[in-house]
Amino acid sequence: MNPQLRRRIASAVLIVAFFVLWEVLCRGFNISDIVLPKPSQIIVTLIQRFPQLWPHTLQTLYTTLVGFGFGILIGVLVGMLVGSSRLAYDVAYPLLICFASIPKVAVVPIFVLWFGAGSVPAILTAMIMSMFPIVVNVATGLATTEPELEDVMKCLRASKLEILWNIGLPRAMPYFFASLKVAVTLAFVGVVISETVASNRGIGNVMMIASSSFDVPLVFAGLVILAVMGVSLYVIFSFIESRVTGWAMRKDEFAMG
Amino acid sequence: MTQAVAPEKLSSAEAFVELQNVTLTYGRGKKTVPALGKTNLRIAKGDFVALVGPSGCGKSTILKLVTGLINATSGFVFVAGREVGAEPMRVGMAFQNPTLLPWLTIRKNVMLPLKIVPPFRHDYRRKRKTEYLDRVDALLKQVGLDGFGDKYPWQLSGGMMQRASLCRALIHDPQLLMLDEPFGALDQFTREELWAIMQDLWLTLKPTVLLVTHDLKEAGYLANRICVMRSRPGQIIDDTVVPYARPRTIDMAYTPEFVSMTQRLRELIVSARPAKEAA
Repeated sequence: MNPQLRRRIASAVLIVAFFVLWEVLCRGFNISDIVLPKPSQIIVTLIQRFPQLWPHTLQTLYTTLVGFGFGILIGVLVGMLVGSSRLAYDVAYPLLICFASIPKVAVVPIFVLWFGAGSVPAILTAMIMSMFPIVVNVATGLATTEPELEDVMKCLRASKLEILWNIGLPRAMPYFFASLKVAVTLAFVGVVISETVASNRGIGNVMMIASSSFDVPLVFAGLVILAVMGVSLYVIFSFIESRVTGWAMRKDEFAMG
Repeated sequence: MTQAVAPEKLSSAEAFVELQNVTLTYGRGKKTVPALGKTNLRIAKGDFVALVGPSGCGKSTILKLVTGLINATSGFVFVAGREVGAEPMRVGMAFQNPTLLPWLTIRKNVMLPLKIVPPFRHDYRRKRKTEYLDRVDALLKQVGLDGFGDKYPWQLSGGMMQRASLCRALIHDPQLLMLDEPFGALDQFTREELWAIMQDLWLTLKPTVLLVTHDLKEAGYLANRICVMRSRPGQIIDDTVVPYARPRTIDMAYTPEFVSMTQRLRELIVSARPAKEAA
């Protein structure tokens, strides 16, 4: 058995063991459903309430993806601007850090004030939360491009745009994808926060209502859905990452493909 | 001793590269560093000239001036009878580091200039999978990288990467080839192997070459002319013609005449050094 397969099996075993332990502890100590429902019960709830949960799942997925899409778009553009020159990087970085360090929960009420409750604040929150890691990483990737690589292009009389396209952007790709994995989970956080505060749809809203009526298994069912969606998107972006930026890891599989 | 501005013997019509009273000063205001004192240099078309000298003597500065990467503080730089930068010309450059792009295969790295430089760029989309591909593969074969086109730079040894780097510098049939210590970071045997490859490339493609090096044996083996520079300010203090016939062999570098030539150049460089320490 090769070491990689062994590691995968080990991590799968750990995940299963975690839920088994949870189940056993709940049964052993006779913990009430209202405090911590058993995994088996969460699964049952999930299946029984699925028709009710499904539209909310779609809503959350939709707002997350739209917000994340805008986050990527604006993040890459701003990142390219900031990373395009040493000067822009030094000048804009403090302001970026300033914005990035604001707890995004605090701006949800402002969005609600401007746009009313619903999808728009959720999309905007997802956008600003996912935007900053992308901006910072793309800018860093561009700003740390080796000047020697640029010299190669300058000798060939390449234009600024050609240098950006042929050197800067491919060089920044590993940074960009590393930030996407972080950003997509942050987009989920943004959406759920916004749905919890001001929306009548989405998993965040479902969990909010469920917890206020002490329907704890439903709260956990919502958590499971969020976890599954988050992990799925993470996996998708990891896959794209390894296809596009395998050179950075010096992977032999990349070289073969 | 052959004196400094020997190239004046050449007629200017022959000169492909010409530096006329060029000076270069780094910095502004009171804090200026003279990198290059008044320098005159003429290089004939298809010639192979080496620049040697102590580090920091402005050898690389001359390369950058000739390629137009930096502008002279005073004086003129002419290439092919026109002031540098006035008209796009094809320049190839190889550096001490191979500077290959890690996300591209060797083949695509070598093909990069064809994507950027006119007139090749105009047909890039049409020919990149046919004519240009053959062109790249032929050149790779010539330097002994046959079959490595699909590898990534990190899968190759230092010497192989440097060969690929030479290919990239030559693929667009440059009128001028600038070599900035491209063999400096290699071990002795790899270096000698690459000298032979470089000589072959020069003999077949006949570009005008300007080679910056610390290695006098390398300069003697490869170049037709060796210009010795001193530092602070950088200046050409000697210009020696290397008389040996081509193709040269590495054994030649161990003959008494060759050794005495490099010895003389070495003494020149050493004697030029106190000026630096006094400054």
